[in-house]
Amino acid sequence: MATAITEIKVTPEIAAEHGLSAEEYARVKQILGREPNITELGIFSVMWSEHCSYKSSKVHLKRLPTRGKLVVQGPGENAGVVDIGDGLVAAFKIESHNHPSYVEPFQGATTGVGGILRDIFTMGARPIAVLDSLRFGEITASKNTSEEEAAKNRRIFDSVIRGIGNYGNCFGVPTIGGEVGFEPCYSQNPLVNALALGIARKEEIFLAKAKGIGNPVIYVGAKTGRDGIHGASLLASAEFTEESKQKRPNVQVGDPFMEKLLLEACLEAMQTGAVVAIQDMGAAGLTCSTMEMASRGGTGIEIDLAKVPQRETGMTPYEIMLSESQERMLLVAEKGREHEVLGVFKKWGLDATVVGQVTEGGIARIKNNGRVAAEIPAHPLAEEGPVYNRPLSAPAPRVESEKDWFAFAPDGTNLTQNFVKLLSSPAIASKRWITEQYDTSVRTNTLAGPGASDAAVVRIKDPKTGEVKRALALSTDGNGRWCQLNPRLGAMHAVAEAARNVAASGARPIAATNCLNFGSPEKPEVMWQFSRAIDGLSEACTALGTPITGGNVSFYNETLGKSIYPTPVVGVLGVIEGVSRVLKIAFREEGDVILLLDGAMSAARAQHAAPLQTNESIALAREFSSSEYSKAIAGITAGEPPAIDLAAEKRLIDCLVALAAEGNVQSAHDISDGGLAVTLSESCFASASSVGAQHVAPLLGAIVTIADSLLPAEAAVFSERGARAVVSVTPSKLAAVLNTARQYSVAAHQIGQVIRGDAFRIQYKGNAVIDSSVEALRDTWAHSLEHTLGVR
Amino acid sequence: MKFGVVVFPGSNCDHDAFYAIGNVLQKPVEFIWHQSQDLANCDAIILPGGFSYGDYLRTGAIARFSPVMKSVEKFAKSGGLVLGVCNGFQTLLESGLLPGAMMRNSGLRFICRHVYVRVEQTDTPFTNAAQKGQILKMPIAHSDGNYTCDDATYAELEKNRQVIFRYTTPDGSNDEAGNPNGSMHNIAGICNRERNVAGLMPHPERAVEPALGSADGLVILRSMAEALVGAAKATA
Repeated sequence: MATAITEIKVTPEIAAEHGLSAEEYARVKQILGREPNITELGIFSVMWSEHCSYKSSKVHLKRLPTRGKLVVQGPGENAGVVDIGDGLVAAFKIESHNHPSYVEPFQGATTGVGGILRDIFTMGARPIAVLDSLRFGEITASKNTSEEEAAKNRRIFDSVIRGIGNYGNCFGVPTIGGEVGFEPCYSQNPLVNALALGIARKEEIFLAKAKGIGNPVIYVGAKTGRDGIHGASLLASAEFTEESKQKRPNVQVGDPFMEKLLLEACLEAMQTGAVVAIQDMGAAGLTCSTMEMASRGGTGIEIDLAKVPQRETGMTPYEIMLSESQERMLLVAEKGREHEVLGVFKKWGLDATVVGQVTEGGIARIKNNGRVAAEIPAHPLAEEGPVYNRPLSAPAPRVESEKDWFAFAPDGTNLTQNFVKLLSSPAIASKRWITEQYDTSVRTNTLAGPGASDAAVVRIKDPKTGEVKRALALSTDGNGRWCQLNPRLGAMHAVAEAARNVAASGARPIAATNCLNFGSPEKPEVMWQFSRAIDGLSEACTALGTPITGGNVSFYNETLGKSIYPTPVVGVLGVIEGVSRVLKIAFREEGDVILLLDGAMSAARAQHAAPLQTNESIALAREFSSSEYSKAIAGITAGEPPAIDLAAEKRLIDCLVALAAEGNVQSAHDISDGGLAVTLSESCFASASSVGAQHVAPLLGAIVTIADSLLPAEAAVFSERGARAVVSVTPSKLAAVLNTARQYSVAAHQIGQVIRGDAFRIQYKGNAVIDSSVEALRDTWAHSLEHTLGVR
Repeated sequence: MKFGVVVFPGSNCDHDAFYAIGNVLQKPVEFIWHQSQDLANCDAIILPGGFSYGDYLRTGAIARFSPVMKSVEKFAKSGGLVLGVCNGFQTLLESGLLPGAMMRNSGLRFICRHVYVRVEQTDTPFTNAAQKGQILKMPIAHSDGNYTCDDATYAELEKNRQVIFRYTTPDGSNDEAGNPNGSMHNIAGICNRERNVAGLMPHPERAVEPALGSADGLVILRSMAEALVGAAKATA
């Protein structure tokens, strides 16, 4: 039976069913100098798939800045690595697991987390934090979403959260940050992007380069099964064999316990000094790990599939090579010392078997019981695959007029009700219901967990001594709505916001990782979005000094021909020197002065002296129509994202980092989704951490007056223009803080005061435009997500 | 004085317990592998949190059959100090060293948050450095912390003052409101009748420095250290 499949004669039709174009198939034959057999065809098809080869994105990704003096390892390895001082490095990367999370949300999400964790410890780094960037369809019925659809989205949302929690909690890594958004376009294509961070000693970083002719190749971890075989649909069709009729689930199943053992065993095995190279088996499993290790090392490799531990009987070479069973690793050991490595895995109760060796000559030879099943030159396969410069075309310009844009309420309107509605929208509401399902405190490094600071902050213990000198901050951001309206500007905002969040926690941003979620690259409009987004990322990462060290591209995020919003998600990493300098968002004491910091020093738009000109009014309406407030209150998503001033962003970032280092501010919180009003209210809410109905800290409120301008009140209060943050300052430190702001050319407007008690008031042009109680606002904000989901 | 932290496959708070004792409390500590029957002359044993053996079947149900647990049982029966945290508590229940059982949290979800517990008894080696009624803030992180036992067992627990920690609110006024998982009589931790074996769901080892949000858990570890010093003096 097994041979029945290997003996299938490969035809151009079968190649096409494997997703290889006629030109690609010709290339395969050219590289081999003959027709491939079915196993070889399978190997080429997965290696040259969009997912593994980046064939449509490569030409654009080249434009990203990837170098910097702290970058130890840029894109191309399992994860990016940056120097964080004292001989330590941080390995981090973000990756998508979108389609599996729609087909089977729980397992899709778990294996997404499992895959990125493996990428990190494959480098020799112990994972210390996970963040997740998630997008779902709308979870409440609306004009775009039926109740049935909303209910389905709620189920997907719930299962993804459970899946992420299940994996990280059991594995023992804290899940401490990320973001979640809801838009109709993600209804049939949710995004699950997981970021993992790990720490290692610089000299102990491992790479996936096969070296040393004759060195044994060792397979470790879970047994190989038929799960997740790419192209299984081809084999499952009736033309081939009878038993392949059984449909196998395409989504892999995760086992965090197995991965925890694999983590400990791999790190211990690496300590023996007998491990030469190591690569996890993720996408394309054994195929990718063998071919890439050989290709990177400039060697050949020979393995015998009969030696691969198998969960099922009668698996063909095709199936074994393409299986995506989880929790597996391939490593190369030093010849003669393999027993040391095997001993460690035996201690941890894991399968570890020598399946082959590193060979000379660059050929990857896959045998099955001694009989050659595939023979492919590794380097051409891995590195000389197809590269496409696909056609781009800008979509037809959107024709919008005044009726498509947000219409501002007249002066004097009380905005409190709208503010309550905004606070209860899923995008703005407290995410506590999500984050309490994640273990956020394991490993005892969490200095700022979800919602405590603008970024997630973990301290770094020296892996050997436990000594703590500094902390790392991480934030993921991405606004698909803005990227849909303007991909370049939206992508720039993603970088700026992530970097600003990191700085608002007190950390200096040093590097970035990105996950690029787009529709089909075969559509010129999507490729145009992609190219523009890359331009935006490049420009912003260069300006803010955060080179991209890795990440992934996820194309084909579309259902029934409709693409998702282009959604580049950016994770920025920052370093805090000294753990006592972490800034949090909570107001701390009554009487503290509330300062609005604005990197756009002249702050022209906030302080209009002359009446608004018509074109300024239009620009303002267009910009505001892309805001969270416009979406939540008026159901309008239109116009343009706010203009961005990267120099202003940089000034604000530098200023926040300096303020944190000087220790003169009590709190810091950037202005982003929902604008100034949301920022101020969240700083009040965070001051009143509570259990049940009881407050642990005294409840603090705020009274704020925004300087008069010609802006409509809604723009003054809810605008999402960047380069701004709110800090609170003890009066005795005010002069020092103002001085620092001046040094960095950042405007510091005194807008109000932290008060003891329950009042929350924002005044503008003589009116209290928002006037409510912190308690009432907090109640709405804190429980909205549970109410929406119908859970407690 | 030496603490031993048991490492089961799937333990994930072993490093945290080790760090809390070694780096924060600054007492000697070492890891003990689950396949070892040698407790390395440790004076107190910590069964850490995590998902021992994947927690397949039931939480702690497989760990109790591990080789190291035979030695831990012997050690406990001879009066040695044993503290089980979270999964360690579950393992102590499964092994019968403590009475009762764990059910899924009443909300059927994993919960991680800071909770408050009241120290109900101070005449134990785990609480002797605390004040009676003292409120401790510590994190929980579990799916199965809903403690239960039959009425007769509960009567015994009460009679022998074995309930040593109860969930409550920050000011200690409302135990029900502070109970995160539905546990019977708001029980967060108990000891055995002989008072040398204790288990609790909150993680004292995660609450050992103010930077982590609380240092309240240290009092439990410090109590153990003081009890060991006292015991050493008594035998000297």
